[in-house]
Amino acid sequence: MFKEYEPINKKMFQIMDNDGRIINKTYMPEMSDEDILKAYKDMLFARTADQMIVSYQRQGRIYTYPPNYGQEAISGAVAQIMRKQDWLVPAFREMGAYIAKGASLKEIFLYFMGYEDGVNLKNAENFLPYSVPIASQLVHAAGIGYEIKYRKKDQVVFTFVGDGGTSEGDFHEAINFAGVWKAPVVFIVQNNQYGISTPFKVQTASDGIAIKSYAYGIKGIQVDGNDFFAMYKAVKESFEHAKAGNGPVLIEAVTYRKGAHTTSDDPTKYRSKEEEEAWDVKDPLKRLKAYLVSKKLYNNKEEEKLIEEFKKEIDRQFIEAENYGVVDLEDVFKYTYADMPTDLKEQMVEHEKFLQWRSVRN
Amino acid sequence: MKKIMNMVNAINDALDIKLAEDDRIIVYGEDVGVEGGVFRVTEGLQQKHGVERVFDSPLAESGIVGTAVGMAVAGLKPVIEMQFSGFANPAFNQVVSHVSRMRNRSRGKYTSGMVIRMPYGGGINALEHHSESLEAIWAHIPGLKVVIPSTPHDAKGLMIAALESEDPIWFMEPKRIYRAIKQEVETEKFSIPIGKAKVIQEGTDVTVVAYGAMIREVQKASVLAKKEGISVEIIDLRTIYPIDRETISQSIKKTGRIITVHEAIKTFGVGAEISALAMEEAFLHLEAPPKRVAGFDVIVPLPKGEPHFMISPEKIFYEILRTVKY
Repeated sequence: MFKEYEPINKKMFQIMDNDGRIINKTYMPEMSDEDILKAYKDMLFARTADQMIVSYQRQGRIYTYPPNYGQEAISGAVAQIMRKQDWLVPAFREMGAYIAKGASLKEIFLYFMGYEDGVNLKNAENFLPYSVPIASQLVHAAGIGYEIKYRKKDQVVFTFVGDGGTSEGDFHEAINFAGVWKAPVVFIVQNNQYGISTPFKVQTASDGIAIKSYAYGIKGIQVDGNDFFAMYKAVKESFEHAKAGNGPVLIEAVTYRKGAHTTSDDPTKYRSKEEEEAWDVKDPLKRLKAYLVSKKLYNNKEEEKLIEEFKKEIDRQFIEAENYGVVDLEDVFKYTYADMPTDLKEQMVEHEKFLQWRSVRN
Repeated sequence: MKKIMNMVNAINDALDIKLAEDDRIIVYGEDVGVEGGVFRVTEGLQQKHGVERVFDSPLAESGIVGTAVGMAVAGLKPVIEMQFSGFANPAFNQVVSHVSRMRNRSRGKYTSGMVIRMPYGGGINALEHHSESLEAIWAHIPGLKVVIPSTPHDAKGLMIAALESEDPIWFMEPKRIYRAIKQEVETEKFSIPIGKAKVIQEGTDVTVVAYGAMIREVQKASVLAKKEGISVEIIDLRTIYPIDRETISQSIKKTGRIITVHEAIKTFGVGAEISALAMEEAFLHLEAPPKRVAGFDVIVPLPKGEPHFMISPEKIFYEILRTVKY
């Protein structure tokens, strides 16, 4: 796969066309019908949750949120391959991968409601919290990769960045370090065509991102990020490559952010309806669903039922999150250092005195 | 057993001891492996502990600090070198956005315990960007601890403590006295607590707080003051943050006067913090306004102009006189 789809050949890796037909049988991954159906349902769950968060945000029940709409096949593929012991070093637009790693929706909701506790995941090991400063998480992934090699562990790191993030110095530094160290890291660029409002051609004069892998002496591949099977195959091969000690891989997943950058953004200001419609036919869920329907593994009626079930579950978890309660004053202080320095203790005690004074006065 | 060491030997010794007893410790940075660092602080460590433990990294400060964050969350204890403190600036984002925050962001699930060490300070006829003292910037970042030793003994003890701390330690080494001071240092492991200042000379008329290379200059100034009958109490801060408010305020209550001496620029500096501390903790004991003897708020000049910038013992003595006679 890496050989045939070398970035220099300028051939994007695809397996399924826009109507869900398999056009590249050679590389069709060996997946059972059940596994394919499960992957689709996972993606549908992530999409339903994502859409509901946007509507909760519109109701003023949650703060700023970065939607995943249109990019679900990328995380969806990683979700099926990543093992419990593997590391996930996310940016902030990889919902399907978080859920696969063990994050509950309630925890995800908590974070975007403004609780730090939302990233203290109860059932997810080896999962770093969201990284808001663009591309800065990629170097962490390289460092974790060093630890894996040093301790000779059976682990792989999956890390994500957007196309805008590839302009950052840390993108370069991370892949360069990981390349030198032959660290087991799969770098996944979600090239969704925009960094907020800035189009890809303004980010770089490079002919895509995958081609940059040559400069670091590592494997790279450009994949149709809306093609679940292509993503699955590319991630699987990259995972095996990294796990076997052959070093990192750079995957460029070409996709489209159908939603806004965050709920504070208005995409109508910088992109056309025609463009959105042109990408709409490539929607990742539509394509995989068409495949499943053609194989008689799935139908619309089932989908309606499923979405209803999902919505109930999502809303239940949302309400749980809404009732999470208040943040204690000590909670604001106690995680700054291993032991609270005297200075901080004094500041907390002083503030407690004020709170007491106020409660007596009122 | 004791051995004569300079600060370079002492830090090397601390790293050597901890590398031998703790396999989580990984030492890397630009030229720290084969060459042992441009100041030779890590000399011989790669030969002794292996290339997986002590190695040269690509030339990229953000990458060095950022990869250390990854190693630390995965359970290692990285000790990374910024070749000069003035070159740490490309890593500012990693330090402020991740190193200092990982514990808080993950509610204590992950920590970024590491030691980021670097030579700093002026007075060595260096090129531009090689002479700054930026400790106040780093001390302003919640989540970091900032340590500055002033002697070989302290450098070893503080480095051991830094390597045994669960918090990220910004370890600034006053390169002007890397080799200028030699003393007998215990060859065994010992540590000096982070967050505690030390009264290194007791006195009754004025308290002078300093750290790093300025301690030696303050000691010279106190000899001049003694000839004038002025008794100077000298506090070596040792840790910039968490600042030891207790030791400083006790001393001010005794002497009634406080001077802070640092090479770093004056405005918004460590001296400002100590002056505020004096007002908050010892207001009614003060006989004179808190004084700062500090670098001018300018770019450190190149070597021909640098003597104007560097703080001399005479300048400190002059300010001691003014404060005592206020």
